[in-house]
Amino acid sequence: MAAVHLRDVRKSYTPELQVIHGVSMEIKDGEFIVILGPSGCGKSTLLRMVAGLETITAGEIAIGERVVNNLEPKDRDIAMVFQNYALYPHMSVYDNMSYGLRIKGLPKEEIDSRVKRAAEILELKNFLDRKPRALSGGQRQRVAMGRAIVREPQVFLFDEPLSNLDAKLRVQMRGELQALHRRLGTTSLFVTHDQVEAMTLAQRMIVMNAGRAEQIGAPLEVYAKPATTFVAGFLGSPPMNLIPKDGKLLGVRPEHLEPCSASEAMLTIEVDLIEPLGADTLVYGHLGTPGGDASSTRVATRLPADRPAQAGRLAVRYAASNAHWFDPASGKRIEA
Amino acid sequence: MVENRPWLTFFSHFVLILGVLAIAFPLWITFVASTHTLEAIMQVPMPLWPGDQLVENYTQVLTAGSTMGSKAAAGQMLVNSLVMALVIPLGKMVISIISAFAIVYFRFPLRMFFFWMIFITLMLPVEVRIIPTFKVIADLGMLNTYAGLTVPLIASATATFLFRQFFMTIPDEFAEAARVDGASPMRFFWDVLMPLSKTTMAALFVIQFIYGWNQYLWPLLITTDESMYTTVIGIKRMIVGSDAANEWNLIMATAILAMLPPALVVMLMQKWFVKGLVETEK
Repeated sequence: MAAVHLRDVRKSYTPELQVIHGVSMEIKDGEFIVILGPSGCGKSTLLRMVAGLETITAGEIAIGERVVNNLEPKDRDIAMVFQNYALYPHMSVYDNMSYGLRIKGLPKEEIDSRVKRAAEILELKNFLDRKPRALSGGQRQRVAMGRAIVREPQVFLFDEPLSNLDAKLRVQMRGELQALHRRLGTTSLFVTHDQVEAMTLAQRMIVMNAGRAEQIGAPLEVYAKPATTFVAGFLGSPPMNLIPKDGKLLGVRPEHLEPCSASEAMLTIEVDLIEPLGADTLVYGHLGTPGGDASSTRVATRLPADRPAQAGRLAVRYAASNAHWFDPASGKRIEA
Repeated sequence: MVENRPWLTFFSHFVLILGVLAIAFPLWITFVASTHTLEAIMQVPMPLWPGDQLVENYTQVLTAGSTMGSKAAAGQMLVNSLVMALVIPLGKMVISIISAFAIVYFRFPLRMFFFWMIFITLMLPVEVRIIPTFKVIADLGMLNTYAGLTVPLIASATATFLFRQFFMTIPDEFAEAARVDGASPMRFFWDVLMPLSKTTMAALFVIQFIYGWNQYLWPLLITTDESMYTTVIGIKRMIVGSDAANEWNLIMATAILAMLPPALVVMLMQKWFVKGLVETEK
C-alpha cells in the first residue's frame, strides 16, 4: 500500500486542447478517494494517467515515493477494474484472475493460493472453471475485482465499475466494495458520475468539472459547504437552488426550505410540478417576485410526505445558517 | 409463418424444389457420366442412371489420367491442388493477421498510408497483374514449383481487411487490461487476439481454401510439367480436340474428384464458418 501524490497534473492532446488543467492532491496510504464529475470532465483521463494508460503532459504522479510518469502500467504496482470489466472471454475465471501473475512468472503454488484466497473473499469459489459469459453481471464484476486483488497492488483504480449493473446489484456491490476496502485497506481511486456512489464510498472526494478539481474534501463536508456553484449544483438531488439576490447568488438546498405562512415568507414559489416520492414530496416551480409575476429562476423544495402540496403559490423560509453565498462572476463561495 | 395456407406452402415448396433440381441436375449428370464407358455416354439420349464403370473410370483417372489427352494422374493432381489450397489460406492468415495487428494496435509513422496501400491492392486482382507477376516468378526460377503456385497468391488485402475489422470490434479495454497485467504486445496477440480470432480464421480458411483450390489462370500459366498440374488444370488438359475425341467419362470423373474436397471443407466447417461471419465472441 502506498500514498499517491498528484502534483499539478496536466494533460493536453494538442496545444489548444487541454483536458486536465492542473490537478494536485495528496492521497494518503489506504484512503478511498472518489473522483466525481459529469461525463467529459476528465475524471477517467485522470485515472488512466495514474494507471499509465495515458501519458502525462505536465506535472508529476508519484505512487509511494516513486515518480511513475514514465513507467509502464505493469511497473506501477497498480490494478485496474474497467467499466466493462474487460474479462478475456476465452479464458476461465481462474485463468482470467491468474493471467497477470503467470506473466510475472510467479510460482504455480503462489498463484494458486492467491487466486483461491481472492475467490474466497469474493465468493467465487464455485465459478473458477466457468467462462465469463456463463456468469451474471454481478459475478463478472466480482471476477474483475478478483483480477485486481490477486495482484496485491499498492493502489486499486476503479473506472466506473458499477455503472453496468442494475440498480439493486449496484447497491449490493457498493456495500461489498466498502467491506473489501475495510478488509484489505488498499489505497483506492474510484471514478464515478453517480453522486450516491461518491457520497457512500468516499473517504474524500474530488469533484471535477471541465478538467479542474472544483473541490476536494470529505463527502459530507463537500455537501455542507460546496466551494463553487458547480459543486452546489452537481451534488444533491434535486441540487441546491441558486437564486440571484443583492448582486450575489444565494444557495439553499431543497430540504432546507420549509413552508410557512405568507407573512413569514422569505421566498415564494409558483408551483408547477409535484413529484410525490412516498417518503417525501418534491415540489418545483418558478420563483415568485414581490410584484406577483413569476421570475425565470427555478426553485425546488422537498416537503415531508404528510404536508399536502398543491399547484399555486407556496411560501417558504429557510434558516440563515443554511444559506450559502456565491460570487456570480467567479462562482466561488463567499464565506459569511 | 403461422398462417395455414396450403396453396402457398405448395407453391413455395414447388419453387424451392425447382431450384434444387436446377442446381443438382448437372451434378447428377456429371456423376452419371463418370460411371459409364465412353461409348455409352456418347449415345443420344445419354443414360440418366449410373452405369457399371465407376471403379474402372476412377481407378484410371486417379492413376493414369486419360488415354487420349493429358496423361497426368489425378492422384498427383489432387495432391498438388491440396498443397495449393492449404498453403494459400494458411499463408494468407499468417501474413494478414500480423499486418492487421500492426495496423490496429500500433501507432507508427505512415500507418494509414500503409493501410491504404494494402487496401488499394483489392482493386488489382491476379488477372490484372498477371504478366509482371509471371515475369518475376519466371526470373526467380519458380515455374513448375509449389512456391511458384502459392507465393504470388498469398498476399491478401481481403484477409487483412477482415482481420482489421474484427480487431476494431474488440474493446480497447482488453489491450489495456493486458498492459496492466504486464503482457507484451506479442503476448497479448498470442494469448488474447489469436483465441478470439478463431472463428474469423475458420471463415477465412473456408473461403480461401476454395479460392486456392479453384485457381485456374495462374496454374495454367506457370505449370508445364504434368507432375505439377492441379486438378482444375488437369481437366482442361484432358480436353484435347473435337467433342468426339474426348473421353468425357474420365473428364467427368476428374470433375467429380475436383468438386469433392471443397464440398467436404464447407460441410465439415459449416458451423465455424457461419459463426465466423455472423457472431463474435466477446
